[in-house]
Amino acid sequence: MRPARDYASTRFSPLDQITPQNVRQLAVKSTFSTGVLHGHEAAPIVVHNTMYIVTPWPNYVYALDLSKDGAPVKWKYEPKPLSAAQGVACCDVVNRGVVYADGAIFLNTLDNRTIALDATSGKEKWVTKLGDVNKGETITMAPLVVKDKVLVGNSGGELGVRGWLTALDSRTGTIAWRAYSTGPDKDVLIGPRFKPFYASDRGGDLGIHTWPADAWRNGGGTVWGWISYDPQLNLVYYGTSNPGPWNHEQRPGDNKWTAGVFARDADTGEAVWFYQMSPHDLWDYDGVNEPVLADLAIGGRTRKVMMRADRNGYVYVIDRTNGEVLSADPFVPITSTKGIDLKSGRPIENEELEPALGKVMRNVCPASPGGKDWQPTAYSTHTGLYYIPSNNLCMDYEGVEANYIAGTPFVGANVRMYAGPGGNRGEFIAWDPVARKKVWSIKENFPVWSGVAVTVSDVAFYGTMDGWFKAVNAKTGEELWKSKVGSGIVGQPVTYKGPDGKQYVAILAGVGGWSGAIVAGGLDPRDATAALGFVNAMPDLPQATTSGGMLYIFGLP
Amino acid sequence: MTGFWRTTTCLALMSELSLFAAGCQREVRPFQELAVASARTQNQSPFQKNAYGTAEGKRLFDQYNCSGCHAHGGGGMGPALMDDKWIYGSEPANIFESIVEGRPNGMPAWRNKIPDQQVWELVAYVQSMIGQESIDVLPSRSDHMRYSTPENARRAQTPVQTHTP
Repeated sequence: MRPARDYASTRFSPLDQITPQNVRQLAVKSTFSTGVLHGHEAAPIVVHNTMYIVTPWPNYVYALDLSKDGAPVKWKYEPKPLSAAQGVACCDVVNRGVVYADGAIFLNTLDNRTIALDATSGKEKWVTKLGDVNKGETITMAPLVVKDKVLVGNSGGELGVRGWLTALDSRTGTIAWRAYSTGPDKDVLIGPRFKPFYASDRGGDLGIHTWPADAWRNGGGTVWGWISYDPQLNLVYYGTSNPGPWNHEQRPGDNKWTAGVFARDADTGEAVWFYQMSPHDLWDYDGVNEPVLADLAIGGRTRKVMMRADRNGYVYVIDRTNGEVLSADPFVPITSTKGIDLKSGRPIENEELEPALGKVMRNVCPASPGGKDWQPTAYSTHTGLYYIPSNNLCMDYEGVEANYIAGTPFVGANVRMYAGPGGNRGEFIAWDPVARKKVWSIKENFPVWSGVAVTVSDVAFYGTMDGWFKAVNAKTGEELWKSKVGSGIVGQPVTYKGPDGKQYVAILAGVGGWSGAIVAGGLDPRDATAALGFVNAMPDLPQATTSGGMLYIFGLP
Repeated sequence: MTGFWRTTTCLALMSELSLFAAGCQREVRPFQELAVASARTQNQSPFQKNAYGTAEGKRLFDQYNCSGCHAHGGGGMGPALMDDKWIYGSEPANIFESIVEGRPNGMPAWRNKIPDQQVWELVAYVQSMIGQESIDVLPSRSDHMRYSTPENARRAQTPVQTHTP
């Protein structure tokens, strides 16, 4: 139904046919070439014996009939997005998935349209244009449908875009409300219900006053990540991106409401609370990572929490009723900050590393893609563990002058990244959110840029950028099975019950995204700053994999 | 001859025949001949063989956010410019056209946003990225974090027209 499986974004499946004992028998049951190169970050979704997949630009949508041998195409939809949109997509022309609700498939295109398709026929029901590529806006995120609203956010935090979350009527496509991430309270939908936990988030029009004059208009805070929903509290949760430009000297202040997480009323969009992980972000630590909702026994009582493995390198456990941070612990090596002060909720910055114009700060960890980027985590209520696909990257960073020119990058930093301590660029981590510690982990050569799916039978699936699709024991971390696919994996694994009653696992291979830009864009590693510095950490990726989108469906004999 | 070997030869000559070094590939600065308006039709950059114009192009490459997409030649949102693959042609007129008119896959049109003279400086710098200039004109080490071999120490490459990045 949706990439995260449930509204709590657990990516935890109750299916149990595939077990640690029989997972070695998994074999390819079907494959399908998407006909598109570039990074395939989307999750396939399965509804009524049909699998729906969306490709990177040009955002083809395929409906595959799982009830027939070989899963033939039922229909294909081509939204024909503007070619020019490719030039304003910061980190490859990706799309993170479609969503199903009430007989319709909802799709976001790179050129800022949200489209509803009839799930049976693939015919357009409505199309709504939400943004403008000439201002640098794109849409890459997967929408979420809550009751009668489709929630969509924009991308473009590297292009001086002003971020927003928009709710559309799922039947007609008309805009119900839009909540900006910067600017006056009326634009941010901050009103009498807004009760942030920490004092620094209280006050009038902070979305203006925590910026130099008018800087909020190009201040980022885009909403390109994941949205979760708690039906009991009727709140939606999502994070906002880095402020723009990256060069922090051009935007003194806390830069509300960027690099933080909002809780909003699901019907009206009114803000209920906000917590800023990275006030006055220095390092491109977007706050867009998925809020994973769970009820945990903490301090002798059950707390309704949100877990977030943030770009800044900390796993946060936050009370989702009010935005209080219960704990924040590092899951990757961190030099940029010295911890989170739980009294104020603010990170303790490492002042020695504070970037300045023309000065090179060295060994800043985590690097800009963070301890974890968009690639979603999973939470198993069976093991009680939180599974984090992570990056182990550090960087050298030099602040340079950023000029705002609409539709072009607004960054102001020279960055070169490299492997963090240990030399492994990624790690698949099982984290205990109650005991606040790593339980086990698997070191990976490349950043783990794929999502995770975990089952009640304690099998966790993820993929690597050199094209291995892996199953591991969710309790112990023992590698149980792996299969080599045609291209590196930056997608999201899913598991589902097929029309024959059997459990299957599916993944889109197709390397790309920010981490895979060196392959997807044919970039040149002789320039350490290519792809905002990521290429410097990945010069060997072109030897390890080639591009090409391909769906793989695995099953037991 | 590649930029690297030209440097070596020149340095060798300078050290061994220092008396004659002054004649070693001297930069030409045709200040009076900057026929900017007509340069496009002649398929010549008025800043060819002009170190000042090329260095200005390097500065403008950051100022106009070219480096935001193309990084410092390695590419990012836009294609790499320091390799031998050229999608829209590598002649000065092709590069001028790419900047002024834009290209369909995301290169914005800079017509009326960048004065022609500065576009030609950018053209000169873009050509210098693959060593398409004489050694005395190519920019040297940047004043920034070291991100690549300086332009004047790169091996010159022969551009190839190709549609794949």
